[in-house]
Amino acid sequence: MPSALINVPKQAKRGEIVEIKTLMSHIMETGYRRTATGELIPRDIITSFSCRYNGVEIFRADLFPAIAANPFITFFTVATESGKFDFEWIGDKGFSEAASAAIVVE
Amino acid sequence: MRNVCTITITILLIAASSLRATEIPQGERRSGFSFMTPDTQAIQNDDTANPGMLWVLDGEALWNSNAGAAAKACADCHHDARASMRGVAARYPAFDKALGRPVNLEQRINLCRTTHQQAPPLLYESHELLALTAFVASQSRGVAIAASADSQIEPFIAKGRDLFMRRQGQLNLACANCHDDNWDKHLAGSAITQAQPTGYPLYRLEWQSLGSLQRRLRNCMIGARAQPFDYGAAELVELELYLMSRASGMPIETPAVRP
Repeated sequence: MPSALINVPKQAKRGEIVEIKTLMSHIMETGYRRTATGELIPRDIITSFSCRYNGVEIFRADLFPAIAANPFITFFTVATESGKFDFEWIGDKGFSEAASAAIVVE
Repeated sequence: MRNVCTITITILLIAASSLRATEIPQGERRSGFSFMTPDTQAIQNDDTANPGMLWVLDGEALWNSNAGAAAKACADCHHDARASMRGVAARYPAFDKALGRPVNLEQRINLCRTTHQQAPPLLYESHELLALTAFVASQSRGVAIAASADSQIEPFIAKGRDLFMRRQGQLNLACANCHDDNWDKHLAGSAITQAQPTGYPLYRLEWQSLGSLQRRLRNCMIGARAQPFDYGAAELVELELYLMSRASGMPIETPAVRP
């Protein structure tokens, strides 16, 4: 049951720099570990994260096996207009999750 | 005869005071939180950065979903957890009259599942059991730990204390050797904490996951090269009970974050 925690300020002034924080639940299995019987545990990671602000992509990141479980990604953007942030996480084994958050810009 | 008695009592008093001397004075008790770096403290303080909240969210979903042959959800009997579960984790482990022994929060949840929901018990350290426990325990955030002073439970606290003081494993260490006597020092680069169980289940960065107090206790036993007790063992519950009575009055932090 994947779940995400998103922290976007509800309100901001036009032109203000706002911080966006995202936390996605994921095991981020590296693909390098072995079980007690020596079998390789297959890789299962998030490979890509992106954020769109009213449809326009403002942030994208590729993720790799060295990133810890439950990746916490934060970044900054300039609040230009009221609207919606759409977040998307894509990964191995068909992993695909989306979340969104609204912002009011005055 | 009277002289013998006086001597015996004096010896007993000296023995008792020397034992107490190693225990942490009330005023010096500190949560593991205060030993952490400001960066790690910031993770715990921000609910949108604290990965433990992922389990709390899942636990809330489980609280409201039906389980077992009875097709009942936790919420059907206990309603809103914010009211009904407030302060509950601060009283656990608690004495169970039917079993005649103390049970911890995980065991209480599983007892509820098997008797009222007629569902199979959840495995220790499974995502579901950790999520439900974290959800229930997080309702007690800020509530002072209220160790039971019940006469029925006292012998179990004493047993837990005995285990805490007893040397074990190839390294021949008792819990008290580190956590009572050397809590202000370091073991390699890590701070030795006071073993105050204020934030369980907690997110440990080393585990990259949430884990129970029993997982932490077993970790320590493996570290001392001792054979750890199995999950759910009476000895571990007694040790949990002693630790909670030792931390009596300290606020619950669940879900805490630790390095």
